[in-house]
Amino acid sequence: MTQTASVLADPGADGRFGAFGGRYVPEALIPACRTLEREFRSAWSDSAFREHLTRTLAVYAGRPTPVTPAARLSAELGVTVLLKREDLAHTGSHKINNVLGQALLAQRMGRTTLLAETGAGQHGVATATVGALLGLDVTVFMGAKDVERQALNVFRMELLGAKVVPVTAGSQTLADATSEAFRHWVGQSDTAHYCIGSVMGPHPYPWMVREFQRVIGEEARGQCAQLLPAGIPDVVVACVGGGSNAAGTFAGFVGTSARLVGVEAAGGAAIGNGSPGILHGFESYLLQDDDGQVLEAHSLSAGLDYPGVGPEHAHLADSGRATYVSADDDEVLAAMVKLARTEGILGALESCHAVAWVLRAAGTDELPTGSTVLVTLSGRGDKDAAQVRELLA
Amino acid sequence: MTTVTVGRPPLERHLRDHRDQGRKALVPYVTAGVVPGWTGLVEALAAAGADAIEIGLPFSDPMLEGTTIQEASQRALEQGMTTERALAAVAELDLDIPLVVMTYSNLIRHRGAGVFCERLAGAGVSGLIPVDTPLDEASPLVAAARSQGIETVLIVAPSTPPDRIDAIARLGSGFVYASTVMGTTGERIVLGDQAADLATRVRAATDRPVLMGFGISGPETAAQAARHADGVIMGAAVMRRVLAGENADEVAGLVREVRTALDAIVEPHWP
Repeated sequence: MTQTASVLADPGADGRFGAFGGRYVPEALIPACRTLEREFRSAWSDSAFREHLTRTLAVYAGRPTPVTPAARLSAELGVTVLLKREDLAHTGSHKINNVLGQALLAQRMGRTTLLAETGAGQHGVATATVGALLGLDVTVFMGAKDVERQALNVFRMELLGAKVVPVTAGSQTLADATSEAFRHWVGQSDTAHYCIGSVMGPHPYPWMVREFQRVIGEEARGQCAQLLPAGIPDVVVACVGGGSNAAGTFAGFVGTSARLVGVEAAGGAAIGNGSPGILHGFESYLLQDDDGQVLEAHSLSAGLDYPGVGPEHAHLADSGRATYVSADDDEVLAAMVKLARTEGILGALESCHAVAWVLRAAGTDELPTGSTVLVTLSGRGDKDAAQVRELLA
Repeated sequence: MTTVTVGRPPLERHLRDHRDQGRKALVPYVTAGVVPGWTGLVEALAAAGADAIEIGLPFSDPMLEGTTIQEASQRALEQGMTTERALAAVAELDLDIPLVVMTYSNLIRHRGAGVFCERLAGAGVSGLIPVDTPLDEASPLVAAARSQGIETVLIVAPSTPPDRIDAIARLGSGFVYASTVMGTTGERIVLGDQAADLATRVRAATDRPVLMGFGISGPETAAQAARHADGVIMGAAVMRRVLAGENADEVAGLVREVRTALDAIVEPHWP
C-alpha cells in the first residue's frame, strides 16, 4: 500500500507529510532546526545511541510497558479490549519516551538546557525528570491558567529542580506557552534545546517525536501477536491532542490491516472542526476563525487543549488511512469512571477520550461484537483526581 | 470605495533612490487597529519623515514578537481589527510613500497567497514581510506576490550563514530586513557587535538596500544601526508610546528625533 509507505517514510528535507508539515519559523531559528535535523539523522542511524536510549528506557522508564487485557470491560462490551499501558511508564505517561530521546540527543549536541512547554504538566514533569537524570537545566513554560489547574504538577516540576514560567499572554494555556517557549529558544538556540512535547512544531520535530514514540506501537504489535489469535487487533485507537501517543501507536500498525482511530476532544477537534493553517512552525489542521485567527481550544483535559494537531495526523486523515472522531467531556468522565470500576485503572482524562470512543462504538458497525480493539492508555489519571472530584460532585 | 494607489512608488526603487542621495531610510511600524485612530497615526508618522511605513496585521499567536508588539496585536484584535478592515483602511490612506505589510503565515495561508496578495495590491500596498515564512517555504508566496506587483521582504538573522544570505537577497526584494539580534522584537539600549557584523555581511552579499530592525529604541540606536546599514525599522519603540496613550503628534515626535539623528549621518555614497 503506497500510502502506508509514504506515511512511514522519512519526510525528507522539507519535512512534509503530504501537504502538511514544513518549517514555518523566523529565519533566526532556521539554523537551529537544520542542526537538529542533521544531529537527529546522525543519532538515529547510530546503533550506539539507539542502544543507549533503549537501555535507558528499560532500566529507568520501565519499558516495555505491558498490554493488559481488559477482561471485565471486554465481557460487558462484547469486544476484546486490550490496553497498552503507558500509564505505567515512569512519570505516568508516554511523554517520557520522547523526552528521554530528545534529552539524550541534546546532550550529544552539547546543549546544557532544556526548554519545554506544557499543558497538563505531564510533558513538563517528564522533562524536569529527565533533566535531573542527565544533569541538564530545565525551564518549563506553562499557561498561567494551567499553572492554577495543575498546581501539583507545578510543584513536582519545581521539586525536580525545573524552573516553571507562567505565561500570561493570550488565553494563558498551552498554545501561549508554546509561543513563549519559541521566543526563548530564538535567544538561546546555541545552548538550549527546545524539547517539544508532541508531534508538532517545525521539521524535524513531528518526525523525530514520532520516531521516539514509535516504541509504543512496536511493542504493542509484538504483544498483540502473543495475545490475539489473529495477531493484530481489528482496531487501534488512541487519543489525539498534538497526537504523539497516537502517532507512536499508529506507527506500529500502519502497515497492517488494523483500522486506526484517533479521538480528539470535542472542544479541541482540529481535524474534526478545523481547517488547514500554519501555527508554531507547521502546516496542519487548525481551529481558526474566518480571519485566520487561532481559536482557543476547550477541553476538560489540559493535555488536549491545543488548537492544532500534528501534521502526520492531518495527512493520515486526508489519505483516509486513519479516522478521526471526537468525544465530549461528559463521555470522557463517564469513561474514566467505567474504566476505574471495571478494571481498577485510573486513566488520564486525555486517554479516556479513546476509552470513551470504545464504549460508544462497541456493538456498532464501528466496532462490531466479537471484534478486537487496542487502546493506548497514554497516561494515568492521578493528576486529574482533584479536578474529577469537583466535576462529579 | 476608491482605491488609492497612485503616488506610492515601488518599495525598492524608492529606497534605492534614497540611498543614492545619501539618505538613511526610516521605516516606523504601526499595528493596524492598535488604537481607533491608527490611520491618523500612520499619516502623522509619514509627515514626521518616515520613508516607508510598516503596517502589522495583528495575529493571535505572534511568535516572533516581544511583549510590546504582542500586546499591540492583542489589543487590536480585541477591538475587532481584521485583515479585511485593516486593508480597507490602508486603501483609503493618501500617502506618497510605500506601505509594507508585516504578518504571519497563517493569515496569508488562510486566504491563499494569490488572493491575499491581490488584496494587498488592491489596497495600494507595495511590500510584504512574512515573518515566519523563511526562505525554504517562501517561493510560492514570492511568485504570488510578484504577479501582483508586491515585493516580498525576507529577513536575515545573525545566525544566517553566508549562502543563505545570498539566496534570501536573491529571492526577496524591496529590501533585506536584517534582524540586529537573536531574539524577539523589542527595544534595546545598545546594539551588539553582531548587528554591525550582520549588516556588513549582507551589504557585501547584495546590492539591495539593507534595513536593520529589532531593538531600535530611539535616535541613538537608530544611528548606531544606520552607520552599518541603509536604514532602520522601528516598531516596539513606536508601539510602546501608543500603548502608553501618547497621541499621534507625540509619537510623531519620536520619529522626527530619529529622522534628525539619521540625517546627521554623513556617509560617502555607497558602495
